[in-house]
Amino acid sequence: MTNDILIAVLLLSPLSGFLINGVFVKQNNRHSVLAGGIATLASGISFLCALVLFLTLTHQGEESAIHTAFLHWLNVGGFKADIAFNVDPISGIMILIITGVGSLIHLYSVGYMSHDPKPAKFFSYLNLFLFNMLVLVLGDNLLLMFVGWEGVGLCSYLLIGFWYEDPEKAAAGMKAFVVNRIGDAGFLLGLFMIFLNFHSVEFHELSKMTFTPEAGFWGPITIATLCLFIGATGKSAQIPLFVWLPDAMAGPTPVSALIHAATMVTAGIYMIVRLNFIFVAAPTTMGVIAVVGAATALFAASIGLFQNDIKKILAYSTVSQLGYMFLGVGVGAFSAGFFHLMTHAFFKALMFLGAGSVIHGMHHEQDVRKMGGLRKKMPVTYYTFLMGWLAIIGTPMFSGFFSKDEILWRAYSSPLGSKTLWLCGVAGAVMTAFYMTRLMALTFWGESRVDKSVKVHESPLTMTLPLMVLAVLSLVGGWVGIPHTMGSIAGVPNIFEEWLHHSVHDVEALGSVIEEWSTMGISVALAALSATLAYTLYVRSPEIIPGLMARFRVLHNLISNKYYVDEAYFKIIVDPIVMMSRGLWAYLDVRVVDRTTYLLTDVVRGTGANLRLMVNGNVQQYAVYIVFGIILTLSFLFMR
Amino acid sequence: MILTTIVFLPLVGALLLFLLPSDKFVRILAFIIAVVEFVFSLGILEKFDGASAQLQLVEIIPWIPQFGINYFIGVDGISLWLILLTTFLTPITILASWKAIDKKVKSFHFCMLLLETAMLGTFLAMDAILFYSFWELMLIPMYLLIGVWGGDRRIYASVKFFIYTMVGSVFMLVAIIALMYYAKAQLGVISASFLDFYKLKVPFEANNYLSPQTLMFFAFALAFAIKVPMFPLHTWLPDAHVQAPTPGSVILAGVLLKMGTYGFLRLAIPLFPEASEYFALIFIGLAVFGIIYGALVAMVQPDMKKLVAYSSVSHLGYVILGLFTFNVYGVSGGLYQMLNHGISTGALFLLVGMIYERTHSREISKYGGLAKALPLFTVAFFITTLSSIAVPGTNGFIGEFLILLGAFQRSKILAGIAVTGVIWGAVYMLWMFKRVFFGSAGELVPEIADDSHGDHSHDHKSKGEDSHKDHKHPLFDLDFREIAVMVPMLVFVFWMGLFPNQFLDKSKASIDYFVQNRTSYHLTIKGDVDTSNAIAQK
Repeated sequence: MTNDILIAVLLLSPLSGFLINGVFVKQNNRHSVLAGGIATLASGISFLCALVLFLTLTHQGEESAIHTAFLHWLNVGGFKADIAFNVDPISGIMILIITGVGSLIHLYSVGYMSHDPKPAKFFSYLNLFLFNMLVLVLGDNLLLMFVGWEGVGLCSYLLIGFWYEDPEKAAAGMKAFVVNRIGDAGFLLGLFMIFLNFHSVEFHELSKMTFTPEAGFWGPITIATLCLFIGATGKSAQIPLFVWLPDAMAGPTPVSALIHAATMVTAGIYMIVRLNFIFVAAPTTMGVIAVVGAATALFAASIGLFQNDIKKILAYSTVSQLGYMFLGVGVGAFSAGFFHLMTHAFFKALMFLGAGSVIHGMHHEQDVRKMGGLRKKMPVTYYTFLMGWLAIIGTPMFSGFFSKDEILWRAYSSPLGSKTLWLCGVAGAVMTAFYMTRLMALTFWGESRVDKSVKVHESPLTMTLPLMVLAVLSLVGGWVGIPHTMGSIAGVPNIFEEWLHHSVHDVEALGSVIEEWSTMGISVALAALSATLAYTLYVRSPEIIPGLMARFRVLHNLISNKYYVDEAYFKIIVDPIVMMSRGLWAYLDVRVVDRTTYLLTDVVRGTGANLRLMVNGNVQQYAVYIVFGIILTLSFLFMR
Repeated sequence: MILTTIVFLPLVGALLLFLLPSDKFVRILAFIIAVVEFVFSLGILEKFDGASAQLQLVEIIPWIPQFGINYFIGVDGISLWLILLTTFLTPITILASWKAIDKKVKSFHFCMLLLETAMLGTFLAMDAILFYSFWELMLIPMYLLIGVWGGDRRIYASVKFFIYTMVGSVFMLVAIIALMYYAKAQLGVISASFLDFYKLKVPFEANNYLSPQTLMFFAFALAFAIKVPMFPLHTWLPDAHVQAPTPGSVILAGVLLKMGTYGFLRLAIPLFPEASEYFALIFIGLAVFGIIYGALVAMVQPDMKKLVAYSSVSHLGYVILGLFTFNVYGVSGGLYQMLNHGISTGALFLLVGMIYERTHSREISKYGGLAKALPLFTVAFFITTLSSIAVPGTNGFIGEFLILLGAFQRSKILAGIAVTGVIWGAVYMLWMFKRVFFGSAGELVPEIADDSHGDHSHDHKSKGEDSHKDHKHPLFDLDFREIAVMVPMLVFVFWMGLFPNQFLDKSKASIDYFVQNRTSYHLTIKGDVDTSNAIAQK
């Protein structure tokens, strides 16, 4: 009973925040603290509920779950989907991340949006997002998950296009929605496939069924999971549907941190972890996921190398890190992928918020070439960002190290993995170390290239406080999931994996301890080397960069233009479709279909005109008709 | 008597209008009649037993007994919500036309109420000749609505609308007469009752396109397919919609198009089970094609109203797809989507009409930045857009989801193609939304200064000539009447999206019966009235 109330409050608190801010608070800059306060409070209440629920869960022992059904939503024929929610070890962690990181970002936004003309709208959307995200992770059936799934997409659309006066930003919002819809269509097909084969879409029923592994491409489980994975590539920005995420940076930076780094974009991984018992039964799908994940990790990291917009660098980094998570779940290391989801939520939210602090302090400058030396002017932002940097490049003992290393090791050792996948992962890690160090160097280190007219200032406490909390989490957040090989030395258990043990069926790793240590050593050493190289290039001796750029001009152009993927999509897909539609309208619809009906009316009219000549009032002529008619009828009768 | 009251109350009201002296009273009376009518129709909901698949609240009065023709009306789970949709939309459209219609006000409201009687009669009629009479009666007021109160090319559009519909219904009439003779041959008495028609076995041969069932199926299907309209019989629709006045478009899209889909569900499919099964894939194929074709053509329309009109082709494609799956998901979804389309496309036409009233332009390229200038209007339009593109939580989602689920059960390939409709839907609606509402202020849109700098900007602006409120820009936000028009529509968007069971439960028994007994569909009457007695009287 108390749990029902807790879940209800958890969900309704942000929903009420949305309604209050959306309907009652005036769209006025003077109300920014009020609007932000309401939204942060709503989010905070949610966090407390999530915390209590999580603690309840830890006390309930193994295989525990809190299940609540509120009402029947849609019952047609054999199809049944209730408004029912489920807090289990997987969703328990998610709601903590969502409401925890979410609350910090709400607080941060109070400072960040203090100059905006319509803060109430912003905060109402942010709360609505929180609500939808919670529905997505807590929903006990695929349909309810889909409700949240589309709901977060809608909020993402609204928030990316928040400054819609700028046509480019409005276009970015639309692009995000449409690309996500492509994924959603796949999700729907996956849902249909699961329902028609297993006659249920409810997780608690599905999880009790046995799914016999099937080979090849055409088994029902494989098709279902592949379709669902299409959904995941949309929401979690994987090849080939990643193109919306970099554009999504048009939204306010807290949005990028919350939606496009920490929570929404991880929904694809969450969905696969949630349904891990189905996915393991489709090795083909798992292979596809791993390959797509590894390819995306590598591809996006390489684009990140030469971006100049601080948010774009982080965006491609997010795409790349999401690729790691998919690589992890694709080789059957669900808990490792999920672990990386959590640590990434900490350090990437931190870095986005840090970038936001920089942008705020620089008065809306986002180009890293116009920054430099900010460590002195923005010390808090700098030191917290530093923690994020150390975490993402995989510095030992930082959160990102444990989670990324676990994924790489599993990619190497799992029966579903391979050395090639591992190599891709390592290469991605090397590039990550490079572009992140470059980002640090251009933004915080070296000499200042800031325009004299810009008065750089450190951000207010509402913004720096979340940074500090997330910085701490970026360090210690990984300590709950220290791999056995390392943990056994110090006697630290892998709490994270044990926590998920009953909900998630990982594919066992096969390698030896020596291999595990040495692969880890290789990736850490290479990443360190790469970071040193970037440091040398961008801080010590930036004078050699132009020469290098000239030498590899073709390659540099290709990469800094993001491999022309967007251009290709427009040329190959979007433009032809628009042109074809114009053709359909102008030719098929107006000239052919409509004209044909005219032709028919012409025939009728023509016949009528000829017939009219016959009806001329001449009785003798009528008599002739009658005679003809009789002859015709008689001959017809005799012929038979 | 409740059903008869409901059918003829608008007609009586329409005649009363002629006693009134001024236009103002005419509007008020017409509105009151429509509201009373809606309240009365809630009585059907009250009395209707959703657990029964039978025909309810039946009334039979002999009309032309020599030919077995009766005044025979009744309601079941299939027609129930369509009746309520009709009585719900009529007062809303009358309220919406309060200012837009300023000539021949009396005749206009007469037409609207006459049309309501005709529409309700069509949904309730259980006698083929009665059905046909109401069906044709609908044409006249609609023809006048377009032809008298329409746009510049109204005559062309109304004649086109008339001829198209006429052509279809003539064949239907022939088929109805043929069925009456079949009734005489097979049942011994001539009858025009649907219930008797359902009992007939019309001969069917699989490969013979001239077998009686095939011919008659297509005679009915042609009439209905034109009304829906299905590709390639849809080209009257964009013209009719664009030329019709806003109330005409709302009723046309909201109710009249459903006559076609209702006809398939009530007559064409259950009367000719073998033929409809045999040709189902053609209809599914055309429906899927229509979904995508309608969406793509809608995408490139420069005129908002035309865009919405083509979107109807796409949405109605879903309905046909659902009905021809013949399974419970598809048919439930199809029925639900009929209601959704009435709400969401009706709302879209109302909204487009509202800005047309202000600027006399529907050209998308002349707008831009409306979100800033007209915040309330934007919210209403956005919610309607969400409903139209079937975002979960809105009514549109339930319908599309069920239809696609049903389609997937029938054919995975076709469902896979149809499901891309959810992408195209988002593309054409959001693209229009972006061009009209986002970006900087367009040609017809007033510039709004940011309120961000508070008092400072206010001081600065007050020096300008036309920044004060007393100088009203022609494009202003929704007024009280328009809010009253939109709120009920938007309430239903969410109500139907969040609590679909409340609606589906009333129709469940009828749909289940339809799906399970499609090949031996024998609708019966709940309660005392018996058709055979009524027919046997003479």
